Amino acid sequence: MRYDLQIIASWIEPGAKVLDLGCGAGDLLSHLIREKGIRGSGIEIDEAKVAEGLTRGLSMVHGDINEEVRDYPDQAFDDVILSQTLQQVYDPARLIREMLRVGKRGIVSFPNFAHYGVRAQLFFKGKAPVSRELPYQWYDTPNIRVIALKDFRRFCKASGFAILHETAIRTPHHQETGRVATLFPNLLATYGIFRLGRATPPPP
Amino acid sequence: MSEYVDQTAPGGSVGLVEKKFFTFAAPPHPLTVESGLSIGPVTLAYETYGALSPRKDNAVLVLHALTGDSHAAGYYDASDPKPGWWDSMIGPGKGIDTGAVFVICANVLGGCMGSTGPGSINPATGAPYGLEFPVVTIGDMVAAQKALVDHLGITRLLAVVGGSMGGMQVLEWSVRYPDMVRGAVSLASTTKHSALAIAFNEVARQAIMADPNWRGGDYYAHPEKPDTGLAVARMIGHITYLSDEAMRAKFDRRLQDRCDISFNFEADFQVESYLRHQGKKFVDRFDANSFLYVTKAADYFNLENAHGGGSAVSAFAKARCAYLVVSFTSDWLYPTYQSKAMVQAMKKNGLDVSFVEIKADWGHDAFLLRNPRLSAIIERFLDRMRQTARAETPDTPDTGEAKAGG
Repeated sequence: MRYDLQIIASWIEPGAKVLDLGCGAGDLLSHLIREKGIRGSGIEIDEAKVAEGLTRGLSMVHGDINEEVRDYPDQAFDDVILSQTLQQVYDPARLIREMLRVGKRGIVSFPNFAHYGVRAQLFFKGKAPVSRELPYQWYDTPNIRVIALKDFRRFCKASGFAILHETAIRTPHHQETGRVATLFPNLLATYGIFRLGRATPPPP
Repeated sequence: MSEYVDQTAPGGSVGLVEKKFFTFAAPPHPLTVESGLSIGPVTLAYETYGALSPRKDNAVLVLHALTGDSHAAGYYDASDPKPGWWDSMIGPGKGIDTGAVFVICANVLGGCMGSTGPGSINPATGAPYGLEFPVVTIGDMVAAQKALVDHLGITRLLAVVGGSMGGMQVLEWSVRYPDMVRGAVSLASTTKHSALAIAFNEVARQAIMADPNWRGGDYYAHPEKPDTGLAVARMIGHITYLSDEAMRAKFDRRLQDRCDISFNFEADFQVESYLRHQGKKFVDRFDANSFLYVTKAADYFNLENAHGGGSAVSAFAKARCAYLVVSFTSDWLYPTYQSKAMVQAMKKNGLDVSFVEIKADWGHDAFLLRNPRLSAIIERFLDRMRQTARAETPDTPDTGEAKAGG
């Protein structure tokens, strides 16, 4: 399994109830069910992937994550995962707020736009960056947002999301092994993975 | 439902099958239906395929659509030209794998394929019920099926599975008898008819009632039956089971057996000829009064009102099962928004629910057509139900597997 998904999996408690937003054909869910005995559901917009997930015996709902996440009761899940999709979300604050309503914790991962390779393309070549992590041209990209790790931390603070845990990884997208970027993560990391909780309200 | 049953599907056939009958609610203990009237005795025609496990925990109840019957799979006779209506789904190695599960399919109360309905003899008068037959609901149909399932000694069904009106029965089963249902599969169905669906049914009923041979429902003793009305009713139904795309692909404006239009009222177009053929064929196998009763039952169905005081969320609060809901893109009779609404209510109750809208060009009837994707999804859902069943009672060995594990 992809290294970023391995990190996410390591954060999930055995037996937890997990919702995976944009779960694809359910690779992460299958892994978590097998390795951690979780009870999981997924939401996916692509019919073929939903069908593949269902034929793997997973529980999945076919639809748009922004709409489908709204129907779950408060705190129905322990962890709600949004892996590699944040850059495509129209209203990230609202979606993450919903994630933290239906789940106790949220896990969010995204490609780091402040990676030195991205910066170099813009600086030296003077063109919109295309990388393994962000492989699209400006005219055909589903990614409507560019996010740096630093931006995301600031966004969480402003939106009232507590960062419980953060890992920056230096690993190309599909690789199964990877390294964690501890030094200058905003410059060196290809991906950021954040574990979020609701910020504790200030004492009265 | 439509006439697509002559397709071959991978996997085996359940082979020769036999229609059986179960009679209950004999006086002085008749079945009281939702309208408050009573009826008895009641007979249900049913068929079973596969073997019931010693623990009786592998039974799948298959529920048919409006004009279906108990003959879901296999053949009555070696010379049968066609197998049962869902032979593409039911059989060894198929979506509902009779090598693993025990399938029960019963004809509905109010029907005319061997179950008690308006064409049956009223023991009080010795003549067919006709309109003396009480109006029955989807709930009444399910209550009758429950009596059959009890009779077979099954306390919990592995799954209830059905499409269209069969899907309504699935939903009704899941909230009416929550402890008896482990998994529920609703295909191309709804928790309540839209005005559009009621409107088509009403036109179909009016076609029957406008036929002079209908005689207020009392036509059984007459050689002339309301065949014209029933055929028109069936033609209307057929239009709703297809879709604009399906009809364009299948017929477009092609002419039937002619090079030019006739300038009279013959069937010029292939679509006209097709509808006339479907209508004609239908009157040979279906009773006009039964058509009135089953369409009314479908129109009255309102799961929210019956079980949730008007709220779908409250209705599904009664459910305990895992759901698999499937809709089809070109179904305009029970469009996807209706399946999505029920999924939403299921999710709000924290139920285990799966949903997929399958791309299909063939309209409402898509659930009856051979579809490897649909078969695979249902097969895995049933597997999962069997796994949870096994996990709940691991100490009672069912087969030789347990020994091998030791």
